[in-house]
Amino acid sequence: MTDSLKKSEQRSSLWSDAWVKLRKNRLALLGLIVLITLCIISLLTPLIAPYSYEEQDLMLGATPPSFAHWLGTDIFGRDMLTRIMYGGRVSLMVGFIATAVALVIGILWGSIAGFFGGRVDALMMRIVDIMYALPFMIFIVLLMVVFGRNILLLFIAIGAVEWLTMARIVRSQVMALRQQEFIEAAYSMGLSKWTIIRRHIIPNTLGPVIVYTTLTIPSVMLLEAFLSFLGLGIQPPQSSWGLLINYGVETMEEYPWLLIFPGITLSVTLFALNFLGDGLRDALDPRTSKD
Amino acid sequence: MALLEVNNLKISFHTRNGEVKAVDDVSFSVDSGETLAIVGESGSGKSVTCYSLLDLLPKPPAVLEGGTANFDGEDLLACSKDRMRQFRGNHIAIIFQDPMTSLNPFLTIGEQLIEPLIYHPEKSQRLKRDAARSEAIDLLAEVGIINPQARFENYPHEFSGGMRQRVMIAMALINKPRLLICDEPTTALDVTIQAQILKLIKALQKTRDVAVIFISHDLGVVAGIADKVLVMCEGKTQESNSTQHVFYNSTSDYTHKLLAAIPSGVKTSKNYAQDGEPLVEVKQVKTYFKDFSSKDKSAIKAVDNVSLSIQKGEVLGLVGESGSGKSTLGRSILQLAPLIAGSIHYAGNKISALKASDFLPYRRKLQMIFQDPYASLNPRMTVYETLAEPLLYHGIANKKTVAKQVQQLMDDVGLARSGVLKYPHEFSGGQRQRIAIGRAITTQPEFLIADEPVSALDVTIQAQILELILNLVEQRNLTMLFISHDLSVVRYISDRVAVMHRGKLVEEGNTEQLWAEPKMNYTKALLKAIPLTNPTREKGFMNT
Repeated sequence: MTDSLKKSEQRSSLWSDAWVKLRKNRLALLGLIVLITLCIISLLTPLIAPYSYEEQDLMLGATPPSFAHWLGTDIFGRDMLTRIMYGGRVSLMVGFIATAVALVIGILWGSIAGFFGGRVDALMMRIVDIMYALPFMIFIVLLMVVFGRNILLLFIAIGAVEWLTMARIVRSQVMALRQQEFIEAAYSMGLSKWTIIRRHIIPNTLGPVIVYTTLTIPSVMLLEAFLSFLGLGIQPPQSSWGLLINYGVETMEEYPWLLIFPGITLSVTLFALNFLGDGLRDALDPRTSKD
Repeated sequence: MALLEVNNLKISFHTRNGEVKAVDDVSFSVDSGETLAIVGESGSGKSVTCYSLLDLLPKPPAVLEGGTANFDGEDLLACSKDRMRQFRGNHIAIIFQDPMTSLNPFLTIGEQLIEPLIYHPEKSQRLKRDAARSEAIDLLAEVGIINPQARFENYPHEFSGGMRQRVMIAMALINKPRLLICDEPTTALDVTIQAQILKLIKALQKTRDVAVIFISHDLGVVAGIADKVLVMCEGKTQESNSTQHVFYNSTSDYTHKLLAAIPSGVKTSKNYAQDGEPLVEVKQVKTYFKDFSSKDKSAIKAVDNVSLSIQKGEVLGLVGESGSGKSTLGRSILQLAPLIAGSIHYAGNKISALKASDFLPYRRKLQMIFQDPYASLNPRMTVYETLAEPLLYHGIANKKTVAKQVQQLMDDVGLARSGVLKYPHEFSGGQRQRIAIGRAITTQPEFLIADEPVSALDVTIQAQILELILNLVEQRNLTMLFISHDLSVVRYISDRVAVMHRGKLVEEGNTEQLWAEPKMNYTKALLKAIPLTNPTREKGFMNT
């Protein structure tokens, strides 16, 4: 019997079981593959892009898709495929990094507030309320004025705004969990508070957190486009999917491909994210079967 | 012909894991003024049977495979949706188990009571608000609500559990049904309240001449109230006969098993209590909670000046109804609830008011088994992780030896070793409680607090878990504080009993002495309210 409990099996835990289940979920796997492919393309863009992103051909102007330019060109004669590939670098980076910032701060803040309750909770959540009330634009402009224009700062600024909702979601989850008997059992085992938060509380808040994360990434991408549109984000000739879509909307009637192709790219990314998110949520719930 | 005649009822559930026969060829009948009890453990199909009569089952997955249910000559299982609505509204009423969740918290109970009268499906029968109100108030008085005029305007949370169940009964009776289905109506209630509600149902049945189907998992509860008993197990009829026959001349093995599993009589295992210094001493402990919901923000005295001592090797039963503070006392000993005053001593050392780090060595020695095996295990940890965590955390095992120790624990609590990689939801309630017990003994404690460890379990499982606990106490020389509301269980397991009521210790004494000669009135009332599997005694009790 001891032999049947091999070392590899002993590590059977939430995460390894989740991976087994995720691999069986075709849609989620497809989402994961699409996302990884997009990330690889973005990383390799300077090597594989058909044109340089600064390369203009004003004589050419906006042309529909052709052999030379698979996805057409914009009004400055720039290759759309190249633009989308370079845009993806910015958009994906903003999406992932800003969301990661929001995740880390939100989960920690929310679980600490929810777990300790009382005055700690009141104080921490009032800070969240104040941050909510702060006009977002003023906050960003202030940051830009103080620290100058910097793409990293953009990530942090967006992340610093998006964590608020995450903290609220996590807090409400934790407050419900705190009443559960298994948390008391962990106390009576003598586990430290930090161990209880890490091992017993956070894993049980993952379901809603993952769903909210998959919603945050696209909204962060669009937020970046909005900021860039106002001149607070990245600067031309650099671009992002959000910006490309914004320009595409302006010229929608004459040059529809300028809207369609970045739009499709963003949509595909969002679908992939949602499939992966749903798959992850199910995979991390032991109550769904392994088969 | 009887009012309701059910013949060859078959219901199955079509799930992803195949077809499950929930009800398999069950027949019964019940007439006006008669009470039929359907008894069975969880999963026996007793509730499914009754829900199918009112078309309350979720379809799918439930599928009606066959059978008839003639109510006054009409087949309930074959009637149209509209006709079913009329049956539900006018002829058949149902009382659910949990009076907390079956009432809408946003409406006054009066509003909920008159709803079926003023929105009656047939317009001609609708009442005006005033008429409905006076009818509802009469009914509230009839089910024993004191001052019904004023209580009419109250919200559900302003009632106690027992009063809420009375309101539920009033709601069920408002349209003067001819058949009343009670689905475990007293399971969530304290034993003295349970006795009152049972009496009420019996009395109402007599005055109103209704037929009653009483669903319960507890043979003791139905002994006094039922004329006929149907015993079910895994969807099949085990026995269907008169109450007298089922309790005294039963031929069914399963009925025998159920009756035998109900703890009755005295403790059979030895009393291991040692003389000398007590192991645990509770001295004038007070634990208060602030009540933010009520208008005066004074504290709730959950535990009010309680002193207790437990000898080494002794099993002390702590008895009380809900809200008596018995669980809070247990949690206070483990520093899971803060003390306001008093002290707790363990083996002569004062352990209350210790810092968390100083208390850590005692955590190993004092452990707790919790009530609800569904809530006391982390749903996202495998059994292996659950059991290994305290072993590794306290350094009792290292990474090499931990697997072996976990397997040893699985053996000790009677679980298959192959189950270690499963998650809690893959186990039954009894098995989960075994896991929870396994976790409590990982640190080789000396003192165990068991907080209602069997009250969420079926009676046959309950007997097994009690056996396991007694065995562990014996093998490991444990001292135990056994907290329970179930007096029969406490009598079976404890050497000494302490009774708590509203935060205060009412009475304390050796188990058998207390049973034979209770001194305080509260203890007497408590002992008298225990439902026994003795229909003759219980019927007499009903008529008092």
